[in-house]
Amino acid sequence: MNVVVCVKQIPDPADPGALDPNTKTLKRDVKLILDESDSYGVEMALQLVDTAGGGEVTLVSMAPNSEVGGLRTALAMGAAKAVLVSDEALAGSDALGTSKVLAKAIERAGEADLIITATESSDGYTGTVPEQIAELMGLPSITFAKSIAVEGGTVKVQRQTEAGYDDVEAPTPAVVSVTAGVVEPRYPSFKGIMAAKSKPVDEVTVADLGIDASQVGWAGAGQEILEIAAAEEREAGTIVEDDGEGFQKIVDYLAELKVI
Amino acid sequence: MELELNEEQRQFRDLIRQFTNREVRPVAREMEQSGTYPTRIVELMAEMGLFGLTVPTEFGGLGADTITLALVFEELSRGWMGIAGMIGSHGMACKLIAQHGTEAQRDLYLRELASGRRRSGLALTEPDAGSDLQGIKTVARLQGDHYVVSGTKTWITNARHSDPLPVLVKTDPDASPAHSGMSILLVAADTPGLLVTRDLGKLGYKGPETCEVVLDDAVVPAENLLGGIEGKGMSQAISGLQTGRVNIAARGVGVAHRALEEALSYTQEREAFGRPVADFQAVQMRLADMATKVQAARSLTWWAADRLDRGADAATESAMAKLFASEVALEASMESMRLHGGYGYSTEFEVERLYRDAPMMVIGEGTNDILRTVITKGLRNNGIPES
Repeated sequence: MNVVVCVKQIPDPADPGALDPNTKTLKRDVKLILDESDSYGVEMALQLVDTAGGGEVTLVSMAPNSEVGGLRTALAMGAAKAVLVSDEALAGSDALGTSKVLAKAIERAGEADLIITATESSDGYTGTVPEQIAELMGLPSITFAKSIAVEGGTVKVQRQTEAGYDDVEAPTPAVVSVTAGVVEPRYPSFKGIMAAKSKPVDEVTVADLGIDASQVGWAGAGQEILEIAAAEEREAGTIVEDDGEGFQKIVDYLAELKVI
Repeated sequence: MELELNEEQRQFRDLIRQFTNREVRPVAREMEQSGTYPTRIVELMAEMGLFGLTVPTEFGGLGADTITLALVFEELSRGWMGIAGMIGSHGMACKLIAQHGTEAQRDLYLRELASGRRRSGLALTEPDAGSDLQGIKTVARLQGDHYVVSGTKTWITNARHSDPLPVLVKTDPDASPAHSGMSILLVAADTPGLLVTRDLGKLGYKGPETCEVVLDDAVVPAENLLGGIEGKGMSQAISGLQTGRVNIAARGVGVAHRALEEALSYTQEREAFGRPVADFQAVQMRLADMATKVQAARSLTWWAADRLDRGADAATESAMAKLFASEVALEASMESMRLHGGYGYSTEFEVERLYRDAPMMVIGEGTNDILRTVITKGLRNNGIPES
């Protein structure tokens, strides 16, 4: 079974850098790493291929400056190869522009039984790319997977809900987004790191994918970021002095919030 | 001149750092204090391939360079120095077998040692002989197709987990000079007469077991003689010492770095007289000195490792690195304790473990005073190293 996983390379959240006041977007000229929320999809894809007893995992990513730092991490975990779209024309792409590029890159990656994504990236948080990819490719889309199994031509997913999960099925190939934290991503082995150096990364431009540059980046973006502002600081919490009846005050407070 | 890690070294370091932050730091204090064996940590290290660090790639190992070795030992020691001990003497034993073993010995052991299915250690020291290895009393007498070995070895890391355990013996106790009669035997765990008699109580370096091993007329097949030729044991044993010193130096850097990390964060949180104590110049001077010495120790360690990777002799350089880094570890853990005040003395904080672990690096792998004599011997024979 062949699985394509869309992965994003993002600035290290521990050292996220800065927003560019002109473009109002995150500066991406720093060292990029694999978005942690994508590591779950990579792990799940590797497990699916293991279970199937054959096939491979291919990564698809879009990043500036031919960045491969994050891809190497996922290749070291066990993915076989990657398609990287890197093109100056991509700067400023909105979610739909990104989806158009990824959809074409997925086609380039070869025949896939399943396309896995995270539910959302840790830096952009639009959460709309998986469904847009599915729509552009004319494939079924299942979101918020907590587990995935592929049998015959069917993908069976436990879709996480607030109350538990729904059992959902779709014919393959399908696009499935994986909830963060549902599997434990493996540590790459040292040998995996050494092997990753020689795994193929197919670097392509927008033109290579047959996409007109006016469809992507700032030129093609259907949305404009008007303003960015710092998040409000969290307000100080309520301090309950314990005079022996502290527990009651806390219970009352939680009841008032209707959480108990 | 390049003072940068290459891409692969950087990735290895990042991986070990991530592993240590997630798997080692959160459990180190509790496991160390309760004496719990870190089974899961050892399993994960095996999965990552760390037991094969020094095993050549043709036997399924990583054949890692010495810089990488230093990075691994520093990062693990930032979390818990004892964890570094799990793969430290194992790695030395692997190197010994890879470099000096017969083809049959390499084939038999190295693959399984690389995967961690087999583990090893190193039995050199005796109750009455440490730095003076030629003074050992363990004797192996050849009787037909096997040796009969008797003697006592002490401070043996991973003793119960070692299979085989390389043991330094005298195959000719009357030889002169003494080293010409010394050999190493690869002693299998199920050898009749091999007994792990007790665990040694230790101030720190908890996690790996450290034991006394008795060989009571132990019967070891003659084909287990390392390299197949008697009289090579001493030179085989000391061949790994330079790498061993880099290993200990890197652990010192790790412990010292952690002591600094703890001090830096604590002094910015702790307030006295209405402000963080890091605002006071007396504290700032201590932090500055610690940070400078930690980086100096790291630079010295990488310098010695780099020389070994270039195939040069690094007797003086590795001794300097081990001497300095271990003294910095001792000093930094003490300074960090001072900066923590009463909390530094508390078992609820990390610093007291660093303070107990640091002396191991001062004493182990050649005491610092022995290394001072090694350094001066190098100065007198080869002049003062400059680069």
